[in-house]
Amino acid sequence: MIKLYDYLLSVNCYKQRLLLSILDVPYERVDIDFYPGWEHKGAEFRKINPLGHIPVIDDDGYVLWDAHAILVYLAAKYDPTGTWYPVSDPRRLGEVASWMLFAEGTTNTASAARLHVNLDYDFDLEACQAGAHRLFRVLDEHLWFREQQGQAWVASGESPTIADIALFPDVALSEDGGISRLDYPALRRWTERVQRLPGFIDMPGIFPVARAPT
Amino acid sequence: MTGNDRKPGPAAGPADPVAVNQWYAITALDEIPVGRAVRTELLGVPVSYCRDHDGAPLAWLTQDSLPAGAPVDAQVLEAPLPTLADYGYLWTTVGEPDGGLFDIPETAEPDRRILNAGTFGIFTSGPRAVENFLDMGHLPFVHPGVLGQQPFTEIVDYQVEYRSSEIYALNCLIFQPKAAAASTSGQMVNYTFRVPHPLCALLYKSTPEDDVRLDVIGLFVHPIGDNRIRAHLFNCLLDTVNTDGQLRRFQQGVLAQDKPILENQVPAQLPLDLDAESPTRADKTSNAYRRWLSELGMTYGVVASSQPGP
Repeated sequence: MIKLYDYLLSVNCYKQRLLLSILDVPYERVDIDFYPGWEHKGAEFRKINPLGHIPVIDDDGYVLWDAHAILVYLAAKYDPTGTWYPVSDPRRLGEVASWMLFAEGTTNTASAARLHVNLDYDFDLEACQAGAHRLFRVLDEHLWFREQQGQAWVASGESPTIADIALFPDVALSEDGGISRLDYPALRRWTERVQRLPGFIDMPGIFPVARAPT
Repeated sequence: MTGNDRKPGPAAGPADPVAVNQWYAITALDEIPVGRAVRTELLGVPVSYCRDHDGAPLAWLTQDSLPAGAPVDAQVLEAPLPTLADYGYLWTTVGEPDGGLFDIPETAEPDRRILNAGTFGIFTSGPRAVENFLDMGHLPFVHPGVLGQQPFTEIVDYQVEYRSSEIYALNCLIFQPKAAAASTSGQMVNYTFRVPHPLCALLYKSTPEDDVRLDVIGLFVHPIGDNRIRAHLFNCLLDTVNTDGQLRRFQQGVLAQDKPILENQVPAQLPLDLDAESPTRADKTSNAYRRWLSELGMTYGVVASSQPGP
């Protein structure tokens, strides 16, 4: 069974829990005392990932780290529909890769602001907030145009991809870093669409959306 | 940049002697680096801390010659602050407290797990955070499936007493699906709340592992400024099952659910006028807390009551 080295309040770990839940893949969680224990920086954990960061998965002896790399692997291996990581469609695959790199940018801005506010990480809060707003503006416009085309997700096509998973938590938790989403209506509608996906699970700090019986 | 972003507000305004003359936990003891200055603020006053090379914790009014991360020699501190090392935290003050800290007798029991479950920054005032900690009513809504469950949202009547300058709320009952990290099933849980300090609160609740003794969980607020705090989550638990990481996961998950609620309360300061926010029976403790802050004359983090005092 897949082992996920996990911390509840890590957005990058949450991305894995979310995709595993959506794909209905069983896994075993190993709780890492990220804060205040800094267990991932310790010698024991560095035997698993010498970079000292989480998430890491161990899938029957195959060890992989880096949040977005793990999403690629999990989708490619465990999504029988082949839609979450559309390897057979080069154009969509390119879009997925592009938006996942964009998500590295939200990690460095929105997530960084959150770490500064929550845990006193030494980042410049205003610079992180301003950087997140620049990216949110781009994503909001992009999603608005997608909606005009009758499409709901970050990459083109009818179904969500791991790019949506990679972007969702930094957006949904932005207010934790003091970043308001008031000015981004398309972004807010998209977060609600993600929250209504079958198999969606939340993370503490994300307000649940109202749902009708399915 | 939008106008709705939260940023650290101005430093606390005119010094509130009630707030200033208190001890505050500013960090967990086991998170203090040795010989390197860490900067923070306490009620708008820049404060630094570290451990000296013998391991003794130090706190001082921040001085330019010791920037964050600088090596510290205790001899060069221009304005050392008084400190206490209690309950796993470093406590200090920028005023003159009348005596020491409140007592938590359970911490003397040898089989207790005493740990800081975490310290988290929140854009709110200290009194709002304490009030949220005392509020049973929100549990089924904000912590569903853990500390409460809809539709079991009723808060049956309970007793609130003032005892030797502290507030106690007794026999607070609520159904909880997962009352603690060690829980394996839902149970009716009996809480006692205790407020021994204007910005510290404790709760005592039954534990799955002991029929007589109670788990003790505390919120120790470190007020940074008017609308920003650091919340220290004190745990003093009876738990032989879970690792520190698992205990922390439980408490941190609860706090992360509370954080957006606290950050969206308007105003960020706690109104002490009892008519300012419609109270229900669940708010009996909150009302007692608001009244108590009024009586103390606290002005930090509150909207003072316009009504004549009791």
